[in-house]
Amino acid sequence: MSAYNFAYLDEQTKRMIRRAILKGLAIPGYQVPFASREMPMPYGWGTGGVQVSAAVLTPEDTFKVIDQGSDDTTNAVSIRTFFERTAGVETTTTTSDASVIQTRHRIPEEPLQEGQILVYQVPIPEPLRFLEPRESETRKMHSLEEYGLMHVKLYEDISCHGHIATAYAYPVKVEGRYVMDPSPIPKFDNPKLGDMAAIQLFGAGREQRIYALPPYTEVVSLDFEDHPFEASKAEHACSLCGAEDSYLDEVIIDDAGGRMFVCSDSDYCESRQAAGHKGKDAA
Amino acid sequence: MTPLLSVRGITKRYGAHIGCADVSFDLYPGEVMGIVGESGSGKSTLLNCMVGHLTPDAGEVVFDTRANGPQDTVTMSEPERRMLSRTDWAFVHQHARDGLRMGVSAGGNVGERLMAVGERHYGDIRDKASDWLQRVEIDAARVDDRPTTFSGGMQQRLQIARNLVTGPRLVFMDEPTGGLDVSVQARLLDLLRGLVRDMGLSAIIVTHDLAVVRLLADRLMVMKLGRVVEAGLTDQVLDDPQHAYSQLLVSSVLQV
Repeated sequence: MSAYNFAYLDEQTKRMIRRAILKGLAIPGYQVPFASREMPMPYGWGTGGVQVSAAVLTPEDTFKVIDQGSDDTTNAVSIRTFFERTAGVETTTTTSDASVIQTRHRIPEEPLQEGQILVYQVPIPEPLRFLEPRESETRKMHSLEEYGLMHVKLYEDISCHGHIATAYAYPVKVEGRYVMDPSPIPKFDNPKLGDMAAIQLFGAGREQRIYALPPYTEVVSLDFEDHPFEASKAEHACSLCGAEDSYLDEVIIDDAGGRMFVCSDSDYCESRQAAGHKGKDAA
Repeated sequence: MTPLLSVRGITKRYGAHIGCADVSFDLYPGEVMGIVGESGSGKSTLLNCMVGHLTPDAGEVVFDTRANGPQDTVTMSEPERRMLSRTDWAFVHQHARDGLRMGVSAGGNVGERLMAVGERHYGDIRDKASDWLQRVEIDAARVDDRPTTFSGGMQQRLQIARNLVTGPRLVFMDEPTGGLDVSVQARLLDLLRGLVRDMGLSAIIVTHDLAVVRLLADRLMVMKLGRVVEAGLTDQVLDDPQHAYSQLLVSSVLQV
């Protein structure tokens, strides 16, 4: 496709985004404002992630997109095709083969390596948003490190539900400084955020914010002393590959209460099945 | 004795118009000071200058901090001032809705200041919140209810509990009984008087209600058009007002 510049965005825009990414990497967890562009897809479909991916992609990269862990859902397929057409990069569904992975709502099960980049799509980058609606005030709270309010949310969870019921977008503290929204990943994935070998970049298109975690960053999930953080998942094994350590999707299979639990990470599940692992419902 | 709060020459102008001009006074530990005057006399401007919600054009507000002794809070850095405002200071708004988080339970409202100063034990926070609800005469069983389900008087008492939970030394109150009916007012005043005496609090109460200062305040300042026209002991000012404006204020109170 010669009608587009490499990876759709023009070079000046990519430079602007790269500057924001570098600033974000220099201040882990800090939300860097950037001039988000209109993308040929609606807000909420990953416009922030797509812009970050476009800025970091090189012609030699291998690109993978997952949506809720899966390579074959609408969002993943359309973004993968988008970069196949506008950048001509190779694409893959295999986690270990990819050099750039754009994700919505999951971190791959397979541990990422140095040299890989994980790009998150972020709907609402501000963890304090639903407690304090004023942007001027939340910025001040970040700059003065006033994070008591975040615990008020967790307090409310316990007082309503008896335990911390926040199951996704669970707030974390980065390097003992900034409180960060890890995008709506399940809290099962939170422990993987910290000390990761890969670079993690977060892009919020509508809210015009980029933030980042450099490799091997300390990331701590917030909690109370008497209600410690717990990474939760469904108490089952995958019905297809038998994995007991992966995050599971519940799939309703009939109208009589029948259901099955399968790995949300499709690549992980398929590679396990190929290696001969079998779950109870495996064909 | 070092004054807890020492205000010197506070002036705030809104363009050519004077908010308050050249106000000076000392407040000693355990003392309750009333500021009275009609609407537009500069009471609230003065209060907001003292707590840092407004920056005064001139003057200083020296507070005797626990750690470093007397410090000018006007020139103090913002993090320090905000730290003061959630530890040693408390601010009771006229409308409870301005001072409470209406979407958060009563316990969460009271616990917020504790969590803001680093308390991280859920059980302890909840116990302290329940204890404070009882101290302001709210049933501890309502700890998980939202303030929207509370009556006006209960909301105001909840706001007071939320402010006093970290054991402040100085409480600023802006018309604490405004908008409440008289029997609820009486109960709130009774409660406030008890808390002020028990905890040895110092307080600055801004009000236009002379009955409130008669009950609570040791000393009184009367303001008119941004200036202090008379100051003295409460009984002295109310029973024997010297300035024409104070005389007018006192004689304007309706008798039942």
